[in-house]
Amino acid sequence: MKEKTKYVPVPSRSILPERDAERAPVLECVKLGITLGGIKAVEDFNLTIGRTEIVGLIGPNGAGKTTVFNLLTKVYQPTTGTILLNGKDTHGMNTMQVNKAGIARTFQNIRLFRNMSVIDNVKTAMNNEMHYNMLSAILRLPNYRREEIAAHRRALKLLSIFDMQNMADVPAGSLPYGAQRRLEIVRALATNPSLLLLDEPAAGMNPSETADLMDSIRKVHEMFQIAIILIEHDMSLVMNICEGICVLNFGHIIAKGTPDEIQSNPAVIEAYLGRKKEA
Amino acid sequence: MTMRRLINLKRVQARRIYLTYAVVIAAYIICTVMSSTNILSSSMRGMLVPICAYMVMAVSLNLVVGILGELSLGHAGFMSVGAFSGVAAAILMQNVIPFAPVRLALAMIVAAIFAAAAGFLIGIPVLRLKGDYLAIVTLAFGEIIKSILNNFYLGFDSQGLHFSMLRDTTRLLEGGKLIIRGPMGISGIQKISTFPAGFILVMLSLIIVFHLVISRPGRAFMAIRDDRIASESIGLDITKYKMMAFVTSAALAGAAGALFAMNYSTIVANKFDFNTSILILVFVVLGGQGNMLGGIIAAAVLTILPEKLREFSEYRMLLYAIILIVMMLATNNAEIKYFLSRLNPFKKKEAE
Repeated sequence: MKEKTKYVPVPSRSILPERDAERAPVLECVKLGITLGGIKAVEDFNLTIGRTEIVGLIGPNGAGKTTVFNLLTKVYQPTTGTILLNGKDTHGMNTMQVNKAGIARTFQNIRLFRNMSVIDNVKTAMNNEMHYNMLSAILRLPNYRREEIAAHRRALKLLSIFDMQNMADVPAGSLPYGAQRRLEIVRALATNPSLLLLDEPAAGMNPSETADLMDSIRKVHEMFQIAIILIEHDMSLVMNICEGICVLNFGHIIAKGTPDEIQSNPAVIEAYLGRKKEA
Repeated sequence: MTMRRLINLKRVQARRIYLTYAVVIAAYIICTVMSSTNILSSSMRGMLVPICAYMVMAVSLNLVVGILGELSLGHAGFMSVGAFSGVAAAILMQNVIPFAPVRLALAMIVAAIFAAAAGFLIGIPVLRLKGDYLAIVTLAFGEIIKSILNNFYLGFDSQGLHFSMLRDTTRLLEGGKLIIRGPMGISGIQKISTFPAGFILVMLSLIIVFHLVISRPGRAFMAIRDDRIASESIGLDITKYKMMAFVTSAALAGAAGALFAMNYSTIVANKFDFNTSILILVFVVLGGQGNMLGGIIAAAVLTILPEKLREFSEYRMLLYAIILIVMMLATNNAEIKYFLSRLNPFKKKEAE
């Protein structure tokens, strides 16, 4: 089992591990909100994430969890509120710029480059750290060779975290389901994020695959020392891995806290199970 | 067994690239030998250069359709920009550079630059769209290019270049020469395109496209094709890469256009109409999207076929259509594919 982390109480934070107390937060959402087709899909969303914190974002179906991810990655532009990433306002940025600024994500329904090989999926994500231009590619100039070799090595290294280096040349679309999920995480990591968003990483996995995934996420967290937000319905995963949990219902945060606090929170229980009928 | 096969995939890819080069070189050698020993009929010999031009068109359009995954229906427009600018450049250089191959090469470079510029200008509005909308707008731009060239007059005299639109108002001095005459196009072109030049252009376009595919930009193209949203999420600049593919494709098409035009004594803009764009798209689709060798073979077969069907006179286009449909069905049939893969000596082990 996970060792106990010491927490510092800070308002607006889900929970802050002591190790992050002295460091500036990686993400600050202030009064974030969006109206989609007249419906306030997310409203008054305040959340601060510490530099190396793992936070779970949970809630019933349709609560707005994925919408929050889409707001953070600017798939949707928020109608109200601000997002500060590493202290910088992301206002007016698009998805690509947000990624360059440090947010990488995976998708609820896997979005890999299916016809490309596994390693090419990872190398594509390293696009912004390579610098050679089209001419060097066509003429195969020395900087092409140098950067390609470096990228290849790093891609293999990243794949080896998930023991996928021997599948490097397989087309991504032909991988088994669990491996596709892991490849998406590797691809996100290849962009050197400071915040990793995982959208239902354990969806459709059996218990042993979920356990493997849990180890993998811990490993990634340890190796890269980055903040992770994960949306997940598998409570055993969330309660085991997350240091802080944020519960959404109907676009509002109804609870924030440690796993233990959340488990005994009456509002959360009501959101999930409903209220006891008054006699 | 399967695992080893999957790991060999990369080598299979590399093998396919070398196979493409080998087939093109072999075809060139065979055609050269055949035409020098007079086995090739004169009508066939006359088709060698157009076939090369169409092959380059197929390869360049494949970059947009097969690799980038966007449907472009105006590819003949870039070919015509290349044809007109290339021929005009060749005529202007006639006295300066008497050596024809050098003049042809320079004309093709000029053609590529002009077509790339056209591709860039058209790309600015077009690449904001996606899917069917993009296809329709490229169709429109193909027609616009055709109309512009149909009404374009370019003349040359001792005072330099003069051009006008709609009517010939260039007012050339005595001794001046009108190069592009609107709907009459360009006539009196020196036929300096040769089969070796065509072969070199095919090889160059293949090398450019293959090298591009196995590199940073090429991976970005394919990523955009496979999943646009995921591409954005890993920080790819979609517009930039789309533009890069589009402009490269246009430049190659321009060079092909110059090669094509300088095989004839007269060239008019109406030659490069919607039908030509569709014909090139048929090469790509028939050859398999993203499959360069397939596109090249399709270009050769579908250029020769109408000539060979000439003896059926009025049934010619009917037969052409039937053969096209049968070929499409056959190349997409899983059982035929399996049968062919069993014939393939490289894959013998896997079939076991």
